[in-house]
Amino acid sequence: MSCFRPLLLAGAMLLCAGCSSIQPWVKPYERDRLADPIMAWDRDAISAAYLDHIRETREGSRGATGSAGGGCGCN
Amino acid sequence: MMRAPVHRTVGRLAVVTALLLVRATSADVLPDDRADLFYSKYSGGGMDITGESVLVRKKITEDFALEANYFIDKVSGASIDVLSQASQIKDERKQKSGTAEYVHDKTTYTLSFINSVERDYKSDTTSFSLSQDMFGDLTTMTVGFARTNDGVGENNGTALVPIIAWLGHAETRSYDLGLSQILTKNWIAGLNVNVITDEGFLANPYRSIRYFDPSNPKGYSLGSQVYPDTRTSTAIQGQAKYYLPYRAAVTGSYRYFTDTWGIRANTLELDYTHPISNIWILEGRLRYYKQNSATFYSDIFPYADYQNFEARDQDLAASENITIGGKATYAFLPNGWKMFKRSTVTLDISRISFHYLDFRNIKYYGVPQYLPGDEPLYQFNATVYQLYMSMFF
Repeated sequence: MSCFRPLLLAGAMLLCAGCSSIQPWVKPYERDRLADPIMAWDRDAISAAYLDHIRETREGSRGATGSAGGGCGCN
Repeated sequence: MMRAPVHRTVGRLAVVTALLLVRATSADVLPDDRADLFYSKYSGGGMDITGESVLVRKKITEDFALEANYFIDKVSGASIDVLSQASQIKDERKQKSGTAEYVHDKTTYTLSFINSVERDYKSDTTSFSLSQDMFGDLTTMTVGFARTNDGVGENNGTALVPIIAWLGHAETRSYDLGLSQILTKNWIAGLNVNVITDEGFLANPYRSIRYFDPSNPKGYSLGSQVYPDTRTSTAIQGQAKYYLPYRAAVTGSYRYFTDTWGIRANTLELDYTHPISNIWILEGRLRYYKQNSATFYSDIFPYADYQNFEARDQDLAASENITIGGKATYAFLPNGWKMFKRSTVTLDISRISFHYLDFRNIKYYGVPQYLPGDEPLYQFNATVYQLYMSMFF
């Protein structure tokens, strides 16, 4: 375990060093399409949270949708 | 005559948005100030729920914004299993939330509080998230934590004269990790992982188990649900959005869910967004969901106290549902009005068909041809309407 930690640290440092040299392959001036409102993940926060609340109170699963809410929905 | 200015306004908007994104290479920026008025209606499964909401978001400085939201749900009617043992219900839920957002260089810090109150349920959530742009802003990583404290009660009175018995508390902790990645100039992908742990009173007090009981003329009797005191769930969602060769976008997502109660669920969603003349944005979506039942769920148990944990909550039953939805957004006030730069109104309608695979419709009790456990499987359709106006300033 004691020799594993320095290796892990070295690996993490190498990874970070590699990341710092990454150049963006999509330049800022090439992102006009990505900036179009139709490319937003969620255009309307209230609507997305409302639909999530409806689903979470009627399905057994939950989470990983990016919206938050409270309450029971027991009835 | 109206079209040219609208074109120009929406065109300017696209350019400004593009510039903001370009500017994000040097520092992250906060979204536009906005105010939203929202109305919703849910009808299905014997229930009608109307919702009204108002949201205001305002930048205090270039790097600090506040948001406030008020939401009120009004419920009338009752779901199938409530009808089997109780009178109809009228209730309302009021939810208030406040959010503060601060941007420093390429990092966005968000702190939120949500308070939700019903007569028989109280919930407080505090959440914090941190979002970081990396690698020439091709990647955005978000980590978040939320803690919720719930008070769970039961109305033993009537809708008009409630008598609330507080049954217990539950605490929920939610851990989020999100990754959004620009892949090409037309393609963006995302990955979200969410782990949630619960501890405390987790059962729904309005639902009951049933078990075979030859001494009852119906052939079965009802009893209290007993849930475990803890639950841990993990959800992983992958999504991708692609800008088509013409101005339209298609989104696909898949989510896998698993928890310590034995539920496994899969969700698939497909969404198509198509603007028309820069005035309309039309959206169609299709969603398919399927889950198996919790290990301690049964539609009917062999006898009373058959096992230590017992549930007959329809949310924990094996089920599938399909949603077909459409949304139309109309941009109006092209020249703005007073402090508002632009405005949109949106109508969103969804139709959801729920099919339960091991939850039976016990409204059929007493009908001679159906013995306990042989009743038709429960299914119902629900329609969700949303109408809202968004004004940006």
